[in-house]
Amino acid sequence: MLAYIVRRLFNAIITLLVVTAVTFAIFFAIPKATGSDPALLYIGKQSDPAAIEGIRTKMGFNDPIIVQYGKFLKGIVAGRDYANGPDVTHCPAPCLGYSFSTDQEVTPLLMEDLPVTLSLALGAAVLWLIIGISFGVISALRRGTFIDRAAMTTALAGVSLPVYFTGLLASAIFIYWLEWLPQGQYVPFTENPAEWFTGLLLPWITLAFLFAATYARLTRANMLETLGEDYVRTARAKGLTERVVIGKHALRSGLTPIVTIFGLDLGALLGGAVLTETVFNLRGLGYQALTAIRQNDLPIILGVTLIAAFFIVFANLIVDLVYGWIDPRVRLA
Amino acid sequence: MSTPIARPYLEVKDLNVRFETDDGIVQAVTDSSFSVERGKTLGIVGESGSGKSVTSLAVLGLHRTRSNAKVSGEIWLDDQELVTATDEQVRKLRGGKMAMIFQDPLSAMHPYFTVGSQIVEAYRVHHPETNKKVAREKAIDMLARVGIPQPERRFNDYAHQFSGGMRQRAMIAMALVNDPSLLIADEPTTALDVTVQAQILDLIRDLQDEFGSAVIMITHDLGVVAELADDVLVMYGGKVIEKGPAIDTFQNPQHPYTWGLLGSMPRLDREVRDRLNPVKGTPPSLINLPDGCAFHPRCPYAGRNGNRSFTEVPMLRGDVHKVACHLPPDDRTTIFQQEVLPNL
Repeated sequence: MLAYIVRRLFNAIITLLVVTAVTFAIFFAIPKATGSDPALLYIGKQSDPAAIEGIRTKMGFNDPIIVQYGKFLKGIVAGRDYANGPDVTHCPAPCLGYSFSTDQEVTPLLMEDLPVTLSLALGAAVLWLIIGISFGVISALRRGTFIDRAAMTTALAGVSLPVYFTGLLASAIFIYWLEWLPQGQYVPFTENPAEWFTGLLLPWITLAFLFAATYARLTRANMLETLGEDYVRTARAKGLTERVVIGKHALRSGLTPIVTIFGLDLGALLGGAVLTETVFNLRGLGYQALTAIRQNDLPIILGVTLIAAFFIVFANLIVDLVYGWIDPRVRLA
Repeated sequence: MSTPIARPYLEVKDLNVRFETDDGIVQAVTDSSFSVERGKTLGIVGESGSGKSVTSLAVLGLHRTRSNAKVSGEIWLDDQELVTATDEQVRKLRGGKMAMIFQDPLSAMHPYFTVGSQIVEAYRVHHPETNKKVAREKAIDMLARVGIPQPERRFNDYAHQFSGGMRQRAMIAMALVNDPSLLIADEPTTALDVTVQAQILDLIRDLQDEFGSAVIMITHDLGVVAELADDVLVMYGGKVIEKGPAIDTFQNPQHPYTWGLLGSMPRLDREVRDRLNPVKGTPPSLINLPDGCAFHPRCPYAGRNGNRSFTEVPMLRGDVHKVACHLPPDDRTTIFQQEVLPNL
């Protein structure tokens, strides 16, 4: 098991390195392709050539790309100093550079947005796991009945309706028409847990609806397959109650594929749920990324991309480890 | 109203099993009757889809969870009727009084639980009062009894870490952990190589002697039946077409399909002829069974007696050794002696 963990960990680090290299290359290539000068983006168009050259030296835009990449990596791991002669700015680790548009450090900017996205994604995940899996299991057990058809039709709607539709519809009904919920606003959990909860409830439901639909369909398909397995028949032949047969023997293997997809979904969401954050005006990573894209703010885009990649790789690592724990056959492979 | 004559330990009467599918009704078992006493072994033979496994699953009540399955007839186990019993009554017998060994132990054991924990689970569901430690000792004891070396260590292994033969032994240990008085073995040796097959059959026989269980051995391998069974049931197209004492059935088989089965057995004690003599044609569709005798489209002797109408279903006839065939007994004896026996 230890060798397995070490191997996975090593893979994760390699993947992250490749991701940083690729995103950095894009970061470097885009200004070239669009003919814009990153130094100009920092300082504004009317500046004199000396000031522009100063920025170039300070930000290291004159260095070869490989050196820039090296400094960028060092910045993430150990922090870095931007220097132009006596003018030195220290950027502490993990340093992701400075925003083009506001000149702020990227890392603290993103760390401010992270709790919003984290709250949104984790809360929604809890909801969609509970709803998706229970409806999937019930549908599989009551295959072909009214409950099954109703659940699967709803699920089909959930998969096909985009978040900006269901989100706006939900806002219209619950906030403006029924007035059950206050107009959405993010309140940090540490400030007021109750308002944190009510503010996020609709975004959670909207996001969970989308994912619960996929999970219900997936769970149903997996459960139907597992229920036909020989070892489920064996479990029944032993005289186990139906509750144990389903809840222990069938569910254990029926839910294994869910673990994989859940890791990927959650990892992707933690990098920013762009649509949901925009619809509900939540200032999370997705919202930040969208703003950055509009303003061509490359350091922020790069930062969000790296955080998103980190979460996906990290989630995958967790999935691999959990998988090794669930399925003893994986450990040997 | 009590019957003066005691029932056999297991008695199946006019068993019918059908499945409603999108393609139509699958008549998997039709009017099958048989019985087994404790200490005796009944062999059920027939090709794939002949209804052997469906019959045994019906005895265990394992069709109950399938909403499209209809089981009718009577199944008496130790004077208790099982077709009309409640799900809970049958569940309590399952794995306790009646147990089953499945064909492919790799797929029949749960891949995510250790072999030991699966045996413990089988024991504790019927002995809820025992604690884990006692159940564990019982499971290890059982593993040792079926001949698994180092049972304490193997207890914690998973099914995929066992060899094929050891896995089947573990499966047997799981089935026998509650001392069942009826043991159904569904092709227990099919997935194993020949030397291991013999060991497993010996093991089942030894354990039967020890526990005095009634055993139903389902197989397509007539050699297995010849070795173990006291009685034989030959099934074709979901129907019993021949049944009788094993020795008699082998020495004097009555049904052309049984002849075909015997003819398709490889024999090492004879000179190698060109090839085996398989039963020609394909097994019948259980949705559209042929009229009359289900075997007649494949029967080389059908119509020998001038009877070309097969609309009538042949009845099982005979005293101890019964057969369902349109051919008159004398004709069959002649055909067997002159045409079949020399080629076996």
